[in-house]
Amino acid sequence: MAYDKFNILTSTAVPLPLENVDTDQIIPARFLKATERKGFGDNLFRDWRYNSDNTPKENFVLNNPVYSGKILVGGKNFGSGSSREHAAWAVYDYGFRCVVSSFFADIFKNNCLNIGVLPVQVSPEFSEKIFNAIYEDANTEIEVSLPEQTITIKATGDQESFEINSYKKENMLNGFDDIDYLQNIKGDIETFANGLML
Amino acid sequence: MSKSLFDKVWDSHVVRKIEDGPDVFFIDRHFIHEVTSPVAFLGLKNRGLSVLYPERTFATADHNTPTINQHLPVEDPLSANQLKALEDNSNEYGISHWGLGHKKNGIVHVVGPENGITFPGATIVCGDSHTSTHGAFGAIAFGIGTSEVEMVLSTQCIMQPKPKKMRINVNGQLGKGVTPKDVALYIISKLTTSGATGYFVEYAGDVFENMTMEGRMTVCNLSIEMGARGGMIAPDETTFEYLKDKPLSPKGEDWDKAVAYWKTLKTDNDATFDKELTFPASDIEPMITYGTNPGMGIGISNNIPNADAIEGGVATYKKSLDYMGYEENDSMIGKKIDYVFLGSCTNGRIEDFRAFASIVKGKQKADHVTAWLVPGSHEVEDKIKEEGILDVITEAGFVLRQPGCSACLAMNDDKVPAGKYAVSTSNRNFEGRQGPGSRTLLASPLVAAAAAVTGVVTDPRDLI
Repeated sequence: MAYDKFNILTSTAVPLPLENVDTDQIIPARFLKATERKGFGDNLFRDWRYNSDNTPKENFVLNNPVYSGKILVGGKNFGSGSSREHAAWAVYDYGFRCVVSSFFADIFKNNCLNIGVLPVQVSPEFSEKIFNAIYEDANTEIEVSLPEQTITIKATGDQESFEINSYKKENMLNGFDDIDYLQNIKGDIETFANGLML
Repeated sequence: MSKSLFDKVWDSHVVRKIEDGPDVFFIDRHFIHEVTSPVAFLGLKNRGLSVLYPERTFATADHNTPTINQHLPVEDPLSANQLKALEDNSNEYGISHWGLGHKKNGIVHVVGPENGITFPGATIVCGDSHTSTHGAFGAIAFGIGTSEVEMVLSTQCIMQPKPKKMRINVNGQLGKGVTPKDVALYIISKLTTSGATGYFVEYAGDVFENMTMEGRMTVCNLSIEMGARGGMIAPDETTFEYLKDKPLSPKGEDWDKAVAYWKTLKTDNDATFDKELTFPASDIEPMITYGTNPGMGIGISNNIPNADAIEGGVATYKKSLDYMGYEENDSMIGKKIDYVFLGSCTNGRIEDFRAFASIVKGKQKADHVTAWLVPGSHEVEDKIKEEGILDVITEAGFVLRQPGCSACLAMNDDKVPAGKYAVSTSNRNFEGRQGPGSRTLLASPLVAAAAAVTGVVTDPRDLI
């Protein structure tokens, strides 16, 4: 058992409609110096969130008390750049359990899945609808159902389905991770390794 | 069935296929460094697991190491703590460790190939996205997260769905002053930073065939910047020549056997790709970036594009130019710069220092420019001295620092101050990448050298 189970998440959402949000924005490299997985949420979007004197930047969405929730809605190509899992940890540690975008960078998406944050890829049109719904009413709720593989804007009933392979889906529903799986097939792995030239 | 180079290497490393799920993928070589490995080792300890094949993992300290006075204790307690953790974990689990001060220490993607740890047909991972560098040898190499580092340590496998395949061909002759870095920045500018997401790239065509191994490493290194997991180039005589007699390359009969196999690692003539792109070499100029992602690059003689000529959101584009302090239609030539960084896993090898020296020879560093010249490894540092490059750069007013990742990601003290402009041979120009508020212009070692001696963005072809 590696992390929280994910089933149905109903929550308000935080909008961040910028494109190409890269991992250096999600967590700048100077905050990667811990040897434990603790406290990364404090530095999520550090340089967009705080001035150099550590006072909050009022116009950044995480500092706007109107918006809150367990769902982060980002723009296209979210999480590009580094492979640092710290980016996914920061998202999780801040309190998000789901990130929605019309397009995810590959490694970031994988890292999210490996720590129990659900990346939900939607169409650009649906992404637009979510942003509009949140801007119309910050209290609007989004429902993400992993069993049904659907995302719904509760107020309007707008719904779209999303993809996830059935292996990862099972893992997230049950809170399992890949190490649990790999440990069980160690014999196969050793047999494979014995046949290698180098 | 016809197979691409990528298929051949991938398929030969699948331990098990999971229906509607990832492949259980075996990893031949695993690199670890101080930043992304401590939590993985903590995970092992929490679960009571051991390292299955310690001889397949190699540790080197690079990300937050200082680039001066490496013989002294590391001042920053957090960095020192990570370096200590890498050393302790390596010792505890029997993993080879090239820490700070070790003669083989250097940037992971520089020392791996230098020592023959990298080889054709291998699967190679590291908790660092520029692991794609090793694809230059015809290996499948890519960056992974820390959860996956833990998987590799404990089982030598990760779970990965097979990516789609893309081939990028560049044919023809590169012009004067056009380097492998420019080829890569050009391709990224065409594809954008998400254009190859979901794909693994094979680079083909005579431009790559004629490239040195170091040039190929620069190109493959930057594959991640267009979203690709990695990129690879079919191994050939250039590859074998580079690897022969490297400390950890196979020897004697093993070498012959290995080369015989490596020669089969080519894309079959009728193999197909999910996407294929072709560019003429003659289209490529020395490149420079003007924005806050590596896709925002132009030929150095061009002007910054108009927002309406850009794919994607106007707001995001304008925010980026605003951060850089640039306007649409500005010419890049003549823009004042404050810092120059030569180094990183992208351009921290001996050929990069030769190129830099070829421009600055007999000239002087511009007074207002701070320059950090950081070799990728001690081996590179030694060659710089042996070849007389140190004398050339010293006479031109430059100082050589000690190996490490340095200002590429500014985890150590090599930070570009807020608002300052740096021409950098590294790989990312994200906001704050080289220090909070820093502004990065990515370019080749030639462009960096031209900027260092003139103090402004300068076409290196004017100085060759």
